Amino acid sequence: MSKYAAAQKQAEPAVLQPTPQPKDDFQEELVVRPLHSGDIYASFQFRTLWETDFMRGNKVSHYRLFPKSLGQVISKFSVRELHISFTQGYWRTMQWGQPYLPSPPGAELWVWFQDSVTDVDATWKELTNVLSGIFCASLNFIDSTNTVQPSASFKPLGIGNVTDHRFLRYATLPREIVCTENLTPWKKLLPCGSKAGLAVLLKSEKLFHSSFHSQAVHIRPVCQDWQCKTTSWELRQTLNVVFDLHNSGQGKREWSLFKMFSRTLTEACPLASSSKIYIDITDNPEQFELSPATSLLSQAMVLGDRRTFSVYDLTQQDTFGSVRSLNLLIRWKSTEGDMLRPLLHAERYVAGYGLQTGEIHTLMYNHHPYRSFPVLLLDSVPWYLRLYIHTLTVTSKGKDNKPSYIHYQPSKDRVRPHLLEMLVQLPPNSVTEVTVQFERALLKWTEYTPDPNHGFYVGSSVISSLVPSTVAMDTNSTRERPLFSSFFPCKEESSYFVRVYTEPLLVNLPTPDFSMPYNVICLTCTVVAVGYGSLYNLLTRSFQIEEPSPGLAKRIANVIRKMRGVPPL
Amino acid sequence: MFLSERRRGQLAALSIAAVVIIVGVPLWWRTTETYRAWLPVSQIKELAKLQLQLSADVEVVFARGTVTPEQQKKVPLTQTQEEERAIDGDLIILFLILLIRNTKLESKFFSCHVLFLPEDTALRYSTQADLYLLAFQDVNVYIGQRRTALLRIGPQMRVGKTLEQLLAHLEPRIKQVLQVMSFSHNDITAALSDRVRFSPDNKESIADSMRAFKSSPGYEITFSLLNPDPKSHRLHWDIEGAVQTYIQPLLTKLSPVANFSIDSQTLYYTMLGVNPRFDTSRSAYTLNADSLAHVINPVEARLGSNAASSNPVLNFLLYVPDAQHSPLYIQGRKKQEVPSNAFHSPRWGGIMVYNVNGFYGSEPEFPVDINIDMAKVMGVFLAQLRLLLGVQSSTPPPGFLVARCGSTGLADWELDRLMWSRSVENVATATTTITSLAQLLDQIGNIVINDNIAQQVSSAVTSLQLAVAELEAGNLGFALQYSKEAILASEKAFFDPSLLHLLYFPDDQKFAIYIPLFLPMCVPILLSLLKIVSEARQRRREKQAKKD
Repeated sequence: MSKYAAAQKQAEPAVLQPTPQPKDDFQEELVVRPLHSGDIYASFQFRTLWETDFMRGNKVSHYRLFPKSLGQVISKFSVRELHISFTQGYWRTMQWGQPYLPSPPGAELWVWFQDSVTDVDATWKELTNVLSGIFCASLNFIDSTNTVQPSASFKPLGIGNVTDHRFLRYATLPREIVCTENLTPWKKLLPCGSKAGLAVLLKSEKLFHSSFHSQAVHIRPVCQDWQCKTTSWELRQTLNVVFDLHNSGQGKREWSLFKMFSRTLTEACPLASSSKIYIDITDNPEQFELSPATSLLSQAMVLGDRRTFSVYDLTQQDTFGSVRSLNLLIRWKSTEGDMLRPLLHAERYVAGYGLQTGEIHTLMYNHHPYRSFPVLLLDSVPWYLRLYIHTLTVTSKGKDNKPSYIHYQPSKDRVRPHLLEMLVQLPPNSVTEVTVQFERALLKWTEYTPDPNHGFYVGSSVISSLVPSTVAMDTNSTRERPLFSSFFPCKEESSYFVRVYTEPLLVNLPTPDFSMPYNVICLTCTVVAVGYGSLYNLLTRSFQIEEPSPGLAKRIANVIRKMRGVPPL
Repeated sequence: MFLSERRRGQLAALSIAAVVIIVGVPLWWRTTETYRAWLPVSQIKELAKLQLQLSADVEVVFARGTVTPEQQKKVPLTQTQEEERAIDGDLIILFLILLIRNTKLESKFFSCHVLFLPEDTALRYSTQADLYLLAFQDVNVYIGQRRTALLRIGPQMRVGKTLEQLLAHLEPRIKQVLQVMSFSHNDITAALSDRVRFSPDNKESIADSMRAFKSSPGYEITFSLLNPDPKSHRLHWDIEGAVQTYIQPLLTKLSPVANFSIDSQTLYYTMLGVNPRFDTSRSAYTLNADSLAHVINPVEARLGSNAASSNPVLNFLLYVPDAQHSPLYIQGRKKQEVPSNAFHSPRWGGIMVYNVNGFYGSEPEFPVDINIDMAKVMGVFLAQLRLLLGVQSSTPPPGFLVARCGSTGLADWELDRLMWSRSVENVATATTTITSLAQLLDQIGNIVINDNIAQQVSSAVTSLQLAVAELEAGNLGFALQYSKEAILASEKAFFDPSLLHLLYFPDDQKFAIYIPLFLPMCVPILLSLLKIVSEARQRRREKQAKKD
């Protein structure tokens, strides 16, 4: 009965106990960066922090801000870190600069499992199937033929010093097409859904009418404070989109929230502890005209550069003004100005002719005027392109460049792909070219995709590097910083982490005629039947000698001789 | 010379035909044959008839004063009653084994103990565990929390009657007690609802039998707090504590039946699918009973499916209406207010509307912090959970008093009854699955049955047989265990991916492929065979003519 009494006591209205400090926290943020091409880059970040432990102790089963479906995935599959991204379009680094969060075209998934997982491959398989259900994507096509275990490229981004790459799985699906059905479940993971806050802007017809669209979910354990006494789980949902000047902007160098998203903002998500819009005005503050104007400026180190932002705090009522609606307007006054050239940049293509062999070229550009730096190149090539690893060459400035570390795992037909990881030093102001020859394999006829003449995709190469920074980076990971500048942990002041993805390749494989099996059956049967028929005839016919009848020539000759009166032959 | 050449041709044709028949046909047969493992078809057919024998052991104890010592000696030790029931072709035989003794036999498990009391006692009886006090004169039967029932001797059965009369008087009443405490006709109909075709006239019983979830080895229980208006309400619910206090005892008690896992979530900006109507007379919003059906769908899109398991999910939603549409009341069919302000949806879960107007105070300053009264909420959810899990409390016949269930929320005999009906349901489902699988495999002759499927089928059949045997013996725990195993194995076999292969071409396509080979091969053989036969016949005729 005492329990009941306690519950009764608790139920007494109006007398409010001091509400317990919420152990979860939600922040939302939008960064807008006007690009030199006249396009505009908008990057949304939503972060849910939850001070809980999925791994030890009792089962976590009561969710508030953290989405239940992802929480169940973490605890069921003992996930330490999960990064998944869906991207439509290719990020043009040379035109647009570095993105805040890089992602390859198609779908990418990499997961670190806890070291308590015994059968990583089975867990991975099950996890991809569950995620494919959660995100309505074809992640269930991830199997051993496109999964690799990178030895050096994908280190955990959260806390924990597990570096045993047996617990890491990485897979890409470059063919994956991202659309509304992936966006809707992604939006459902947000506490406010698309009902309030910045997520109101996420209207799919506008988002997918763009040059580049990328949405991602990153889950990792992070430190709560500087000493890292308590850990919490971070769920970061990001969405990056680049609107095209001519396509969405009607050619005018003038952007507004309404023009980009066909919505304006009226409120912050009431559950968010912070809700801000940042406009990057570094390149030339005089060039843009922002309306409404804001006096709030902030500086942040991001991607090796000190940037200045105008900040709009949505939790303040006066941001919305008297009309109770915020429609940010960005207008260019002049189109001059130079973009800082990205220091690291890469591209890739397939060379060669014919359908038997070919060559993959990967070009890595170091635009730094006087410093060289090492990069980690990761290539995962499907088994049906048989790499000739002895033809691997790395050249920069016309000279052979010997990689200081090579990890190569040969493929097994229909089991696993090639994995090539190299640590290459890029000399200053240079192009480094990596080439490797390959042979195209013949597939079994059921292994071809429904449109085999379209070609087969090979996922992007991944180049990870610590690029020298022009300004001192912020190494304190717990200080309050804008979300876009705090994703990759920064260990030292002089450099910053960059990951660059190259284009995926589209390779043609020798494609048979698919009505072939039936033709072959018919042809063989006919050949067998003809051979058998003649044999049968030979064996069963009875032969007899017959007086040969005179040939046609002889008969004609005889007719003529008869007419002439000469005796026949 | 001429004849021998002819003879040679005939011999060659015959031997080719022989080679084709002796070597070719078996070779073709062997190479195109599909692998079909052996299935226990006859046992499956036997099971399909579903003859279940359920037995309940009853121990009857005569209290002092009901029988004379001489009569007591003559009381028979055991007595078996048999009852047959046919439900839509399925035969169910119920055995009631009555053990009529004076002393408790500790070693045996009894479904029910009946204590027979004299009429004029104060109906006060105590065992180690139970203490009953029956003060009411009209109560003749008392059913306790454990498996004990107290029966009071009728006024017409004073001492002095013969033992036969006494037993005759006893029998129908014991049956009545068993109807309540073990299985009644409705329970069995509900358990067999998959196989039984309902007659349209008893709609009420259909609704009853379809309310509870289907039997499953596990259930996921999800409590969701729906807050459509986080700007006005900051809701706090101590779900962890409430689950520990109110739900966990029941689930612990139910753990032999199934595994349960509980979780909870808070969903914001989740609207009901119906706009409530404003009732000016009560200055409140109301939801009509007719419109409740449309409430769930838009909410369900947000609930999210369970990523971690494929067990059925029981949803319990606590809806706090937004400040503009508050208070909100659910209205019954007859326009009356529903006191609990909650409703449930069969085989889905329950929804409760929780009005928070009382917390506003005179000058509400939004957002308002609100602590939700979990005792009130959990009381409703617990009742719904009992209904959805099939722990029905049917109204007892007149003169019966059923003890209130204690802190566990479930009496022992209720658990027994649940286990009974779950076992019967599992057995019925598993037999249906296995039978239809066997039928399918029988119908499609070229489907591959691999060893794995065959093994699953036989293990399902074995478990089924064991479950039926255990039911017959009255061992509920084992029966339920085996029936669960049977269901798992049968589903595994039924949904095996190898049975879905697209390897099964229609026959006409196969002939289209074989014709280019078989036609040119067989036609000359057939023709020459015909020729040989006709020649042989002619020769015989000639011989006959020669003889004549």
